[in-house]
Amino acid sequence: MNPAYYLFLSAMLFTVGTIGVLVRRNAIVVFMCVELMLNAVNLTLVTFSRMNGRLDGQILAFFVMVVAAAEVVVGLSIIVAIFRTRRSASVDDASLLKW
Amino acid sequence: MALETHAATGIHSLLWLLIALPLAGAATLLLGGRRTNQWGHLLATGIAFATFVLALMSFVKLAGFDEHARGAVDHLFTYLPVGGLEVKADLFLDPLSSAFTLLVTGVGTLVHVYSIGYMEHDAERRRFFAYLNLFLASMLLLVLAANYILVYVGWELVGVSSYLLIGFWSHKHSAATAAKKAFITNRVGDVGLSIAVVTIFVTFGTVAFDEVFANASRLSSGTATAICLLLLLGACAKSAQFPLHVWLPDAMEGPTPASALIHAATMVTAGVYLIARSHPLFEMSQTALNLVTAVGIVTVLIGGVIACVQDDIKKVLAYSTISQIGYMFLAVGMGPGAYPIAVFHLLTHGFFKALMFMGAGSVMHGLHDETDMRRMGALRKAMPITYITFLAGWLAIIGAPPFAGFFSKDQILETAFADGNYLLWVLGLLGAGITAFYMTRLMCMTFWGTSRVDKDVHAHESPSVMTVPLMVLAVLSVVGGAVLNLTPEGSLTHWLEPVFGHSEHAKSGVSPYILSVVTIAVVLVGAYTAKVMYLDRPVERTAPENVTPPVRWARKRLYFDSVYESVLMRPGQYLARALVFFDGRGIDGAVNGAAALVGGTSGRLRRVQTGYVRSYALGVAGGAMLLVAGLVLVAAR
Repeated sequence: MNPAYYLFLSAMLFTVGTIGVLVRRNAIVVFMCVELMLNAVNLTLVTFSRMNGRLDGQILAFFVMVVAAAEVVVGLSIIVAIFRTRRSASVDDASLLKW
Repeated sequence: MALETHAATGIHSLLWLLIALPLAGAATLLLGGRRTNQWGHLLATGIAFATFVLALMSFVKLAGFDEHARGAVDHLFTYLPVGGLEVKADLFLDPLSSAFTLLVTGVGTLVHVYSIGYMEHDAERRRFFAYLNLFLASMLLLVLAANYILVYVGWELVGVSSYLLIGFWSHKHSAATAAKKAFITNRVGDVGLSIAVVTIFVTFGTVAFDEVFANASRLSSGTATAICLLLLLGACAKSAQFPLHVWLPDAMEGPTPASALIHAATMVTAGVYLIARSHPLFEMSQTALNLVTAVGIVTVLIGGVIACVQDDIKKVLAYSTISQIGYMFLAVGMGPGAYPIAVFHLLTHGFFKALMFMGAGSVMHGLHDETDMRRMGALRKAMPITYITFLAGWLAIIGAPPFAGFFSKDQILETAFADGNYLLWVLGLLGAGITAFYMTRLMCMTFWGTSRVDKDVHAHESPSVMTVPLMVLAVLSVVGGAVLNLTPEGSLTHWLEPVFGHSEHAKSGVSPYILSVVTIAVVLVGAYTAKVMYLDRPVERTAPENVTPPVRWARKRLYFDSVYESVLMRPGQYLARALVFFDGRGIDGAVNGAAALVGGTSGRLRRVQTGYVRSYALGVAGGAMLLVAGLVLVAAR
């Protein structure tokens, strides 16, 4: 099977994630879209690793997973903290830090 | 120089106290603030008296020296050690500076005492005494300095004290303006003096008096003329001589004791001192000496003519001072034989003019600060002591024998005649007649005739703290001339010989007695004319309008002030205003405009920081897309 298909798939997943981040207001959904983007990148890395016959990309994909896991911990706790104080999970409501 | 000098010993090594004491007094009074109000004036007066005692002791010790060794140098410290220029802070006492220290401290002490009474009701009396002490220190530095740089320092400091005292009542607009006028006019002369000092240093490689004068004979006539004319410019401004005389009459806005001390007796004679001190330089340039004489005689006549029509008693005395200093310039310009006579007239003038200023102050004190002579008259009854002392001053200034002015002014005219300079003699004689006219006019309008005093003003004699200094000065005005002239060994001419060198008086074919009789006759004519016009006819309470053109011109101060105002002052003000506009709108405008531009732009730009996470995300995504598009384009090439 042609590896380029995987690249098309990952590009579509990345685009879906990006648009999700830009248009959705719910913090949880935005967060999931970010995860989607990260995993799209992981797919690209693995594909290129396969195409080039080298393991660099696969190792890098592990790093991305570790970072994503750490980010989920921090990000989700921030979202919960904001929800507890402001009773809202909308990213547009948390707009005090400006000008 | 024929004079031998030696290092100061004994009392002469305390010369620095003459400057340090009044300076410390001024500092105490100015820094001490209100807590010195109670005793400040006493401290200042005590210090003035202490300097007088010190000056007297220095004089006695100096007189004890051998005639040709009457010079003491008190080396204090090296003031400016810069490469080839080494200026020492040296004080130099010789017969000339000794005479000046006695005059300055003596009249200074009397003025201090007088001011205790005169300024009694002024809330700022302490500040006034601080300025008087500051002036005393500056003037003593000026006359004791042993080089031109220190003279310049003293010169500037007396200018500052004069400015402070003229503008003492600075809440009055006229006083503030007068102070500025005096300061700016003096600045013109200061420029001349500073260039002269620099030229002296360039030419001689030193500014010390003894070294400069020892090498004076090697000057080329061109350089000598240049230096002397610059010195003369400085002297003209400080001594209020034509064409820089305009500041002195306005300086009468200051308190009267300050006028007596600074603008009559001492500071305004600094120009005469400068020329007399620099006489070896002036002797190298006949042109400069002639110009000094010319300035002198022109000033004698200008000052005299304007004084004849003034109604303000202090203004009459101010123009009279200008005119009398003109006589000193006239004398000092006539060469070696006449220097002592100039100093002689300077001393006697110091006595009688200080006396008359303080007398005028006493009159003003008794009449609630009235200065218009048309609202005085018949004050001889109300103020007998002021009247008697003023009478002595009047007789001294018009040159009635044997009062002080007779000896000094007569000798000036006599020397002019003996030099064969008959035009000078005739003009000087005319000046003497004019002097007699305006001073007699002043006496008639103030002390004689009928009273024109306002109904609600009750003229009264001043307290004794003011009249005693008047009496002392009156005695000096009566006997000063004779004492300084007639005692053979102690005469002033003889005393000053080590400084100016010995020179025989040129003798004319005409006996000096005949010349004196001619002078006295002219004086009598002047005085009689004044008596006819102002005593035999009633004086109007307001100045009459229908007057002859000469009177109108003289009332306009011969248009000097108007011309200076329209030619120099107004353009200067326009220039200043234009520069202020350029500074405010141009330079400040550019700076402020740049700041406003940055501020305004950033004010709009910060709106980009909306606080919405999604808009930031859009920015990041857009930027990334641009980068990728750029990379693709580059790769496609």
